[in-house]
Amino acid sequence: MSDLESMYQQVIMDHAREAHGRGLVTLDLAHVGESHQVNTTCGDEVRLRVGVDGDHVTSVSWEGSGCSISQASVSVLTELVEGESLEHADVTYEAFRALMNNRGEPLDEFREDLLGDATAFVGVGKYPARIKCALLGWMALRDALVKAQASTEGGSDD
Amino acid sequence: MLPNVRSDFPLLTRTVRNGKKLVYLDSGATSQKPHSVLNAEAEFYQFHNGAVARGAHLLAEEATDAFETARGEVAAFIGASSAELAWTPGATQAINLIANGFAAASDGLGGVEAERFRLGVGDEIVVTELEHHANLIPWQQLALRTGATLRWIGLNDDGTLRYDELATVITERTRVVAFTHASNVTGVVTDVAAFVSRAREVGAITVLDACQSVPHLPVDVGSLGVDFVAFSAHKMLGPTGVGALWGRKELLNALPPSIFGGSAIKVVTMETTTFLDAPQRFEPGTQPVAQAVGMAAAARYLSDLGMDNVAHHERRIAAILREGVGEIPGVRLLGPTNAPHGVLGLAAVAVEGVHPHDVGQVLDDRGIAVRVGHHCAQPLHRRLGLTGSTRASGHVYTSEDDALAFLEALATVPQFFGVSA
Repeated sequence: MSDLESMYQQVIMDHAREAHGRGLVTLDLAHVGESHQVNTTCGDEVRLRVGVDGDHVTSVSWEGSGCSISQASVSVLTELVEGESLEHADVTYEAFRALMNNRGEPLDEFREDLLGDATAFVGVGKYPARIKCALLGWMALRDALVKAQASTEGGSDD
Repeated sequence: MLPNVRSDFPLLTRTVRNGKKLVYLDSGATSQKPHSVLNAEAEFYQFHNGAVARGAHLLAEEATDAFETARGEVAAFIGASSAELAWTPGATQAINLIANGFAAASDGLGGVEAERFRLGVGDEIVVTELEHHANLIPWQQLALRTGATLRWIGLNDDGTLRYDELATVITERTRVVAFTHASNVTGVVTDVAAFVSRAREVGAITVLDACQSVPHLPVDVGSLGVDFVAFSAHKMLGPTGVGALWGRKELLNALPPSIFGGSAIKVVTMETTTFLDAPQRFEPGTQPVAQAVGMAAAARYLSDLGMDNVAHHERRIAAILREGVGEIPGVRLLGPTNAPHGVLGLAAVAVEGVHPHDVGQVLDDRGIAVRVGHHCAQPLHRRLGLTGSTRASGHVYTSEDDALAFLEALATVPQFFGVSA
């Protein structure tokens, strides 16, 4: 597989074409957080909304536009995080960051399992300019989760 | 005709991405440097480095001489004299120097001479919708600071300027008109005379962003008839960190300086400062001396090739690129294929259904270096219904093979991303 093919694995192409979680969902929950992130180098953007109930991420939805890497990444994270615990979301985020910083090498088995489809982004780590694309949605997720946990009854503060 | 000059550029001999030949098509962002420029800079440091315009030793004399000789050569390259050319750290800073000079005058600085730069409520600043951010934001911020109104010449659907708006947007209230000589996205060369004649009718000062023109076309400031011109070295085969501001002498001497420090002054007391005449009034602090020497070497290199030959070469590259992309299904050229005043040797394209970053990645995999994104021209892209594009831009070292390699790779993009018609 060439570097290019390893970057644009079929899983990524599929997620880019058929993204999960696209379309912001109105949430009637106690803890809702929203984050808008922009990649200043290319203008790509994502607005991501989460709902938190107790210690679980009950809803992830988003709107955005950008390259196939950024769109596929936010689609994959939606699948990985929705319905999981806050702690699981955190660990998954850390694993994804580690994958991006691994210069194109796979991670250990534990974190590979945790990342599932997101392991397909391994090739992105070889291209420093594209790491930001892959991280855009994850940055929005982290920010939205912080806001959701800080939010009071009545929802989003963004 | 331009000879094959590729071997003059050492960087172009390296390989990229697992041994592939480098096809460098990002010259609109920054150009590669010939040996003569690299050597000029190195030679200055090896033999003549000293403090310019101070010190009584031989090296100080030689450094001052090299610096001022360079000024003369760069000025001559655009048909100007040394007294009208101030060194700046780049074109962005040159444009900011002008805008900030207006701001300083509007704050009441600069005395009676600065009167003509004084702006306030009711005054208007005119730019165009296709400007690079470096020739938009300084004027936009100047308007916000002074209470003046920013207006702009709009674009047709094909990204060309609405010349029909010159008469209505530029009015008696217009004090300054800032516009680009050639778009860094569409590559279309501006009808400068149309802007200048309308600006003159209303007595407005004209500022020309010549970043994309000076490296690629013969530019003579006298015949252009504008009041200020900004350009940078790094896009014209010269070093980074240096550029130039040219202005009509009486205007340069009246424009209040906005960066202050050593060397640019006549007399300093605890209360007041009197400034030197232009260009030195705009050059406080230690200047980019070796870079200026390198910029002069770049001007010499281009002059030796002949700017008419350079422009001719660019037109050939433009024709291959621009006509070529038009034949690829799903690919749209930003701007018209050709234009009355010519086009630069570049093509910015949008590939239907594929993001510019993804396009650039496929090209990069073949060793082809292009620019992706909005190229610091967001309003223009927005006007064309895009957030970004992929731009291939050439220079004297760009061959027909380079242009063809780009077209061949570009044609594979829709299929790679599964969007081919």
